[in-house]
Amino acid sequence: MGKLLELTESGLYCPEGDFHIDPWRPVARAIITHAHSDHARIGSRNYLTTPEGAGVLRLRVTGDWVTEQGYAPPQITTLPYGQTRNINGVSVSLHPAGHLLGSAQVRVEHGGEIWAVSGDYKTQVDATCTPFEPVRCHTFITESTFGLPIYRWRPQAEIFADINSWWRANQDQGRTSFLYAYALGKAQRILAGLDPEIGPILVHGSVARLNHAYAEADIALPPSQYADDEAAKSTRGRAIVIAPPSAANTPTYLRKFGPTSHAFASGWMTIRGARRRRAVDRGFVLSDHADWPGLIDAIRATGAENIGVTHGYTAVMVRWLRENGWNAWGLETRFTGEEQEEE
Amino acid sequence: MQRFTQLYSELDETNKTNAKVAALEKYFRSAPPADAAWALYYLTGNRQRRAISGAQLRDWVSQETGFAPWLVEESYHAVGDIAETLTLLLPDLDGDGADKPLHQVVQGQVLPLADLDGAAQQALVVATWRQMDRQQRFVWHKLITGAFRVGVGRTLVVRALANVAGIDKAVMAHRLMGEWQPNAAAYRALLDPDTEQADHSRPYPFYLAYQLEGEPESLGPLADWQIEWKWDGIRAQLIKRNGDVLIWSRGEELVTDAYPEVAAVAAALPDGTVLDGELLAWQDDGPLPFNVLQQRIGRKRLTAKLLNDAPVAIMVYDLLEWRGQDLRSQPLHARRQLLEALVAQLPTSDETLAIHLSPLVQPSSWADATALRDESRANRAEGFMLKRLDSSYQVGRIKGDWWKWKIDPFTVDAVMIYAQRGSGRRASLYTDYTFAVWDGEELVPFAKAYSGLTDAEIQQVDAFVRRNTKERFGPVRSVTPELVMEIAFEGIQKSTRHKSGVALRFPRIARWRKDKPIAEADTIETLRSLLAEVNG
Repeated sequence: MGKLLELTESGLYCPEGDFHIDPWRPVARAIITHAHSDHARIGSRNYLTTPEGAGVLRLRVTGDWVTEQGYAPPQITTLPYGQTRNINGVSVSLHPAGHLLGSAQVRVEHGGEIWAVSGDYKTQVDATCTPFEPVRCHTFITESTFGLPIYRWRPQAEIFADINSWWRANQDQGRTSFLYAYALGKAQRILAGLDPEIGPILVHGSVARLNHAYAEADIALPPSQYADDEAAKSTRGRAIVIAPPSAANTPTYLRKFGPTSHAFASGWMTIRGARRRRAVDRGFVLSDHADWPGLIDAIRATGAENIGVTHGYTAVMVRWLRENGWNAWGLETRFTGEEQEEE
Repeated sequence: MQRFTQLYSELDETNKTNAKVAALEKYFRSAPPADAAWALYYLTGNRQRRAISGAQLRDWVSQETGFAPWLVEESYHAVGDIAETLTLLLPDLDGDGADKPLHQVVQGQVLPLADLDGAAQQALVVATWRQMDRQQRFVWHKLITGAFRVGVGRTLVVRALANVAGIDKAVMAHRLMGEWQPNAAAYRALLDPDTEQADHSRPYPFYLAYQLEGEPESLGPLADWQIEWKWDGIRAQLIKRNGDVLIWSRGEELVTDAYPEVAAVAAALPDGTVLDGELLAWQDDGPLPFNVLQQRIGRKRLTAKLLNDAPVAIMVYDLLEWRGQDLRSQPLHARRQLLEALVAQLPTSDETLAIHLSPLVQPSSWADATALRDESRANRAEGFMLKRLDSSYQVGRIKGDWWKWKIDPFTVDAVMIYAQRGSGRRASLYTDYTFAVWDGEELVPFAKAYSGLTDAEIQQVDAFVRRNTKERFGPVRSVTPELVMEIAFEGIQKSTRHKSGVALRFPRIARWRKDKPIAEADTIETLRSLLAEVNG
């Protein structure tokens, strides 16, 4: 019998069950861990995800821009966390990954052999998604975006307190606060941590669109306005604007908000050089990926002996795992984790 | 140390000049003088010689944290800065860190490191780690690794301190020149509202020029300008006051003992004299290339052979103090007249052979000046200095009255063959490159260059390096020869230490030649012919 999962040109594939997990090429049946663009690509015929994740996945893989590229409208089916579906004799279930709304680890079982694929995950709390749950398995495929011991997150409450006081300090100086964060997941997590008492909360268009999907999944976010010209004018010097990193390159848009202060929220902000390269005033260290202790705790909690390591500091993680008694190897996937530079 | 750490964070978090000055003022107004003195010492670029190597610190942090040495190395390569790497690896403190006054930290946990043996150093380092919080550790690491830099220029520090003292910026700049002891008394003296007294050992702040970018005609009539050769040496002030002789380099290092020939000249100078000029290696009647002077830089022991091989003289071009009077507000033509008279009156002796008056160049028109400038290299100069005849001697780098008008650099097209990660803002990106030229079928490395590309280009080169790595040697990668860049440099000399046989002065990347295949890069012959040209 071959391996339960193997790496093919299209991505992680289960020969026994004839399905892919987060394929980077169009396939017949794709199981999707979460809707970030490096994991959820267009063109497959069937997508399987969690009910919570279906809304954001639909925004990502359906619509005119997909059919215009010659792809048929795909079918999206859902499987609630913890329920099992039999696909060609292979038992498949989805389990919370804590990365963002509806994100899942994929558990695959066949003939007594259990594998789990983490997708992207974090072990820290996040009010906007179901917390990570370890999956007992024989083989665990883990990400390693922040697989170095320099990456150790501080409690999110501290980071939110920092963000809120930065916002307040900017207000005192009549500045609008621009906080850059990835539109899906990070933006909503931050929104949930803002103190709406401080002032108006504005969101960039790409964030607003995704907030809608969060609202449909009953995730409570503080009220926010769409950051158009009018809102810019009426909230100048008081508002915080949550925008994707690309908005930093739109000076004409930024000018409408009067004097501004800029910050970026990302795990990469751990390193001073990364913040200075972005030329932002502040860097908030906030990531939706596991930090070094998080990765190691998560790996331990699976009880797995075999660890496949994908995107990130793969070589470091593999070496550390081997030196500490695991059977570990690297997997060359096309996942990118938290993008270090522009998307 | 909390207050100083806070200042560091505030300075580090903003790019705005006013916010930086405000943070500095707030600090200097509130800090006890004994602490403020040390803060000022570090903020103005002073530092101790590094007592512990990065490798030692990484070893100790490995022991302290239990992270394997290789894991510490990987972390260091990702961060690119030793102080930051240590900070990020160390465990958080339980509870708050100690808050000792800065001067106590410096005197107890920075300065003593130089005199301790390895084991005692380690004990002190580990003990300090266990009492400081994260941000304090970071700043302390910067202090003990001699790498304290926080993006405030001297000008800003001077401005903030002048505001706090309520005195003029130029007076503060002057008070801060030279060596002063970082203690409470010296700090109080700096802030003294009485501006009459001056310290006799102190040089004046140097007046610096920007490169002239446009055509010289834009400067107005030629008759308003004094033109001199721009010498390629070490800018220095030669001071004779109260019978004492001092030579200050532009880096504000006291270098009197390093250049005894020049110090001897001063014996013949009258008291109350300050000259501005250029230290140059000198033979017979002209200067030698910079690399000859380089043999003298930083040398503690001056052997007779060294003094003979690389004799140094000073080429003077300005008179800042005469008969104890500060001449800086006088127009240049008046200072020049006094300078010429002063040099002419010096007795002719063996000693006074080491002083020369920088000659004036007198072209008939700007066009004539442009043509003359092309002869700079033959005159062992880098171009011209253009100085307005009625200019006062100002403080710092200022546009308008003085300009450097340097000749175009040499350029060659070269192939990138190695890359290394940068540090600071460029940590984790491949920004430091080694370039090669063809020697037959072989690419011979001849220069390293760090700057010159835009951030966007650096990103592209970084991506190229990662995709095209051939071999790794620690932080260095050899890459597939594919990228061609134009390398500019100011000078070229023969070298036995480099495989290519040449050493360049100020090599940097002029532009990325995306249009050129590697076959069209320059050859070692090009460098040899430049060498021949320079050595005439």
